[in-house]
Amino acid sequence: MARNVSTQRKIVVTVVAWTIGILIFFPILWTFLTSFKTEAEAIASPPSLFFFDWTTENYHEVQSRSNYFLHFMNSVVVSFGSTLIGLIIAIPSAWAMAFSPTKRTKDVLMWMLSTKMMPSVGVLVPMYLLFRNTGLLDTRTGLVIVLTLINLPIIIWMLYTYFKEIPGEILEAARMDGASLTKEIIYVLTPMAIPGIASTLLLNIILAWNEAFWTLNLSAAKAAPLTAFIASYSSPEGLFYAKLSAASTMAIAPILILGWFSQKQLVRGLTFGAVK
Amino acid sequence: MATLHTRSAARLMIAPSVLLLLAWMIVPLAMTIYFSFLRYNLLMPGMEEFAGFSNYSYFLTDPAFFQAIFNTLAIVLGVLFITVVGGIALALLLDQPMFGQGIVRILVIAPFLIMPTVAALVWKNMFMNPVNGLFAWVAKLFGLQPFDFLANAPLMSVILIVAWQWLPFATLILLTALQSLDEEQKEAAQMDGASAWSRFIYLVLPHLSRAITVVILIQTIFLLSVFAEILVTTNGGPGTQSTNLTFLVYAQALLQFDVGGASAGGIIAVILANIVAFFLMRMIGKTLEA
Repeated sequence: MARNVSTQRKIVVTVVAWTIGILIFFPILWTFLTSFKTEAEAIASPPSLFFFDWTTENYHEVQSRSNYFLHFMNSVVVSFGSTLIGLIIAIPSAWAMAFSPTKRTKDVLMWMLSTKMMPSVGVLVPMYLLFRNTGLLDTRTGLVIVLTLINLPIIIWMLYTYFKEIPGEILEAARMDGASLTKEIIYVLTPMAIPGIASTLLLNIILAWNEAFWTLNLSAAKAAPLTAFIASYSSPEGLFYAKLSAASTMAIAPILILGWFSQKQLVRGLTFGAVK
Repeated sequence: MATLHTRSAARLMIAPSVLLLLAWMIVPLAMTIYFSFLRYNLLMPGMEEFAGFSNYSYFLTDPAFFQAIFNTLAIVLGVLFITVVGGIALALLLDQPMFGQGIVRILVIAPFLIMPTVAALVWKNMFMNPVNGLFAWVAKLFGLQPFDFLANAPLMSVILIVAWQWLPFATLILLTALQSLDEEQKEAAQMDGASAWSRFIYLVLPHLSRAITVVILIQTIFLLSVFAEILVTTNGGPGTQSTNLTFLVYAQALLQFDVGGASAGGIIAVILANIVAFFLMRMIGKTLEA
């Protein structure tokens, strides 16, 4: 009897949850479907959900008209570059703070976090001028520098919370056995820390890929990542829904897939370990 | 001996991050403060002169500034309201046993992973457009006049788009918090005859209060500087109807080339964000001790 009620309840919950889930997801689904329509079908009334002549023409068009691949590569270089450099700088710091904490470690961590609270617009003017005067405007190097700096606090914090969960006794044992600091890091810490480092890497690539303040303001044509490239579709130039959808689908697909694999890490990283 | 050795090694390892962040924090911010006291326009190079507080008084008496402050608050509060209330409801729903829970979770999380420019352009063109948008088609289906969202309710439209992007964030964090609620406590309350509503008010909500605070504070930090969504949908307009503080400073700097004025605006934005950051830091600092 009780089982029966709970099955009924489960079915009702399932229907409601799926309906809401599909509604929330619908704009993304619609973009995906529109990317396979012709421009005429994209604005046809009534719109058709699945029954149209599927075509991949838009994907070719986007590439041939605007060198989509260049912007895609800009996104790849900028997000992976800034993440890897950030990790190289952050791993030693997080390691040191997790395993040989001093009285000031907490203050240092909090201070690092506070740099993340500074609104970007507060330093927009000097960054723009510095970049203009040093020739970094609209270069991949410039974007990598800025994105490394803005995400460094998150990288350190995430790594710190992961490293803290590694039992310190194991490291001590290695040290007793005469392992040097370098060996300790390479053979003992790294294998245990890899899951944490991987999650940090994943989350940071997502954040860097989607960053849309500095990429919009500091890049124009040459170094524009996908965020800035897609923004160029905001000026209306006739029928372009299908091409916008194709460009958008390619821009969001890699991150959607990465993000789905890292749901748990998203929570932890985005709340600086405050919610696990 | 060994501790001394590791301690100095530790300092050496922390140094690069600290120095980089220190430079990142101090150099541009000091420049912004310096510029904010100058009469400095990029169109008139070599004409810089000390201007005292005139940039600040210009900014603080500009009607666009008050509109921008109002819009900034409206975006923050509007999005917070939608995402926190919606997030609690969705988290409670997703916490129930159902078929295909994992897939629903994935569907709900997706908007958070979409880059802001894509999200904004998709909503602007394919949904809110008064001629070709889906909303217009639905309106016509019911015999209504299509509504031009971005022209007639620009601020509300921006709030809707941003809320769509942040609802998954609130949901995901509240769901994570909800799942750490002791199952036995819930059962005990149920056995004692507590109704679903009073279980929610006296058990679930207090348990979620920490996560709700974290969601509010972190979202506020990001929502204070919404930018891309405004840039590609309304460009701050019509007029300044959807200009927030971030966008106003951007327009002053990169469209009017007024370095001094934009810097003063930037400093005001920093002060506002710091007020929020103060509370957030205290929250996170407490968890560090726990």
